[in-house]
Amino acid sequence: MVKVGLIGAGKMGISHLAILGAHPDAEVVGVCDTSKMVIEALEKYSPFPCFTDYKKMLQQSKPDAVVVAVPTKYHASMVKELLQMGIHVFVEKPFCLRPEEGVELIQLAKSRNLVNQVGYHNKFVGTFEEVKRLLNAGAIGDIYHFMGQAYGPVVIKPKQDTWRSNPEEGGGCLMDYASHVIDLINYLLSPVKSVQSSSLKSIFSKQVDDAVYAMMSLQNGVSGILSVNWSDETHRKMTTSVSINGTKGKIVSDANELKVYFKDAACPAGYSRGWNVKYVTDLTAPVDYYLRGEEYSAQMDHFIKAIQGKVPNEVNSFESAAKTDNAIALIRKAQQ
Amino acid sequence: MKMERILFGDNQFFAVNHISDEKSMAQSIRFKDDAAIIKTLDHAMEAGIQTFMCTTHDRIANICEVIRQQPEKYKDFKIYPCMPYAHKYANAVTELGIMGTIKQYVPGNFFGSLFKGGVAFLSKDFLSIMELLIDAEMKMFKGINTPVIFLQNVVTDLLLGLGMKDILVAFHDYVKKKYNAEAGFITMNMPALLNMLEEGGVKNPIICASINKVGFRMSGGKELYEETLRTRQFRAIAMQVLAGGAVSPKEAIEYVCGLPNIESILFGASSRTNINDTVSLIHKYDQVYTTTP
Repeated sequence: MVKVGLIGAGKMGISHLAILGAHPDAEVVGVCDTSKMVIEALEKYSPFPCFTDYKKMLQQSKPDAVVVAVPTKYHASMVKELLQMGIHVFVEKPFCLRPEEGVELIQLAKSRNLVNQVGYHNKFVGTFEEVKRLLNAGAIGDIYHFMGQAYGPVVIKPKQDTWRSNPEEGGGCLMDYASHVIDLINYLLSPVKSVQSSSLKSIFSKQVDDAVYAMMSLQNGVSGILSVNWSDETHRKMTTSVSINGTKGKIVSDANELKVYFKDAACPAGYSRGWNVKYVTDLTAPVDYYLRGEEYSAQMDHFIKAIQGKVPNEVNSFESAAKTDNAIALIRKAQQ
Repeated sequence: MKMERILFGDNQFFAVNHISDEKSMAQSIRFKDDAAIIKTLDHAMEAGIQTFMCTTHDRIANICEVIRQQPEKYKDFKIYPCMPYAHKYANAVTELGIMGTIKQYVPGNFFGSLFKGGVAFLSKDFLSIMELLIDAEMKMFKGINTPVIFLQNVVTDLLLGLGMKDILVAFHDYVKKKYNAEAGFITMNMPALLNMLEEGGVKNPIICASINKVGFRMSGGKELYEETLRTRQFRAIAMQVLAGGAVSPKEAIEYVCGLPNIESILFGASSRTNINDTVSLIHKYDQVYTTTP
């Protein structure tokens, strides 16, 4: 049994908590949140020990691992403290507000040999995993262009503020929404090296961006476009997609459906010339407990298994998430 | 009260498509007008389906209005509400936080009065908040026959993972007391949910779960689901029988009709042809499996 604690029982934290609560190899030894109401509800109705002070939780519950799902501005200091105590860490995305904060944490986790993971769940989505396999095999030839997109209905009218609408705390579409797409591009193709131009638009929010558009170049020389908007109510929920053009074909994928076009008959097994369509239902491994999507359970299972030494700590390491933080900083800097 | 063998679902009306964002947008365009929804419901009724199982989406309020205006046409028609419409709350939580969302959706001045007495007594009033939210979601169904009221899978499964058995039981009890209705639970974790409900003293619960030939969204595995259906007492509704399109309709329906203890099959479709084809397939395989036990 891996003894796990959770700090931050907001939207993502509660979801992680339920997944951990149902995981056969995890024992939730403590939950901490500053909201009295949330903690009282958990105290009354859940079996988990509850705290309003995370330091107290760490002292009393002595977790092997902690899931951190607090506003982004607290990530760096909290994660550092946990690593110094020898605790494995899963932290929500984005990793750190400033790229330089991540460098120290990467070193610390490495030197202490601690499992470190960031919640970019798209890497556990079947369609995107298949895109990665195709690209690794060079299936669509030399890549020359990409388009990464995400749209959803988060802020669709002027409204009151939370930490997500405060740029100092890690709010805004770039940090919250676009980070997923950037991370996916980093993973599928290559880390972002430079940003030629970017535009961060406030549509309904007063202080933060609601949409991000950017032209970027990757370390492998490929260039492409980022287009993300969380004020787009034509989408019922967040939809993330990538389109990748190569000399031998093209890949268009979202979290549900993968479409691949091959120019000629020389293509991987299971594919043929012309358009091929595959669905996430065929590409997704079943999970023991389902909530909102297989990928959320799969990422937490990966974290637990990495602690147990059953899988390498490779997917969504601090190191890979730091590259996304870096790209976020580049996009901010390139604003026109 | 026995549920009908075939229940008509609403995913197609609200751009819920588990396999394609493109199809989802096409559905959103097709069902832009309420008249298109009513027309499709008519096709379902013509095919003999009298139960519409639907999310408490804002647009359902309009559909309810149409139903209330034509009592003769809809005299045998039933709605099974499924609450809450989770994206409404999920998006609100991202934007407003958990407290902000409660402020927005808990009706009346209840919230104000809650704070008057300080935070201390909140803990015993969570169930009152839940009851108020249920009442808010049920408002649109006034005057309509709603014999079963469902908790959506996002909430059911969240409570399951959090070990909040008492809240699941409280939902069951409140729906019975206030609406004289049976509680139903939608889930992607049927065997685990049944265990928890039984522990909570809920007997023979109505559980609507993903049940299909390929094991899609059947957490714990297809074998465990089949064994649970064979050996345990509960009222099962099979949904996602087509597994998002991974199985052919014929194979899909044959599999589900061949399972023991499935009281109802839930499906949604947009066209008259698809509705009729699916209904015929269910009738066909029901006959096969009742005559050759």
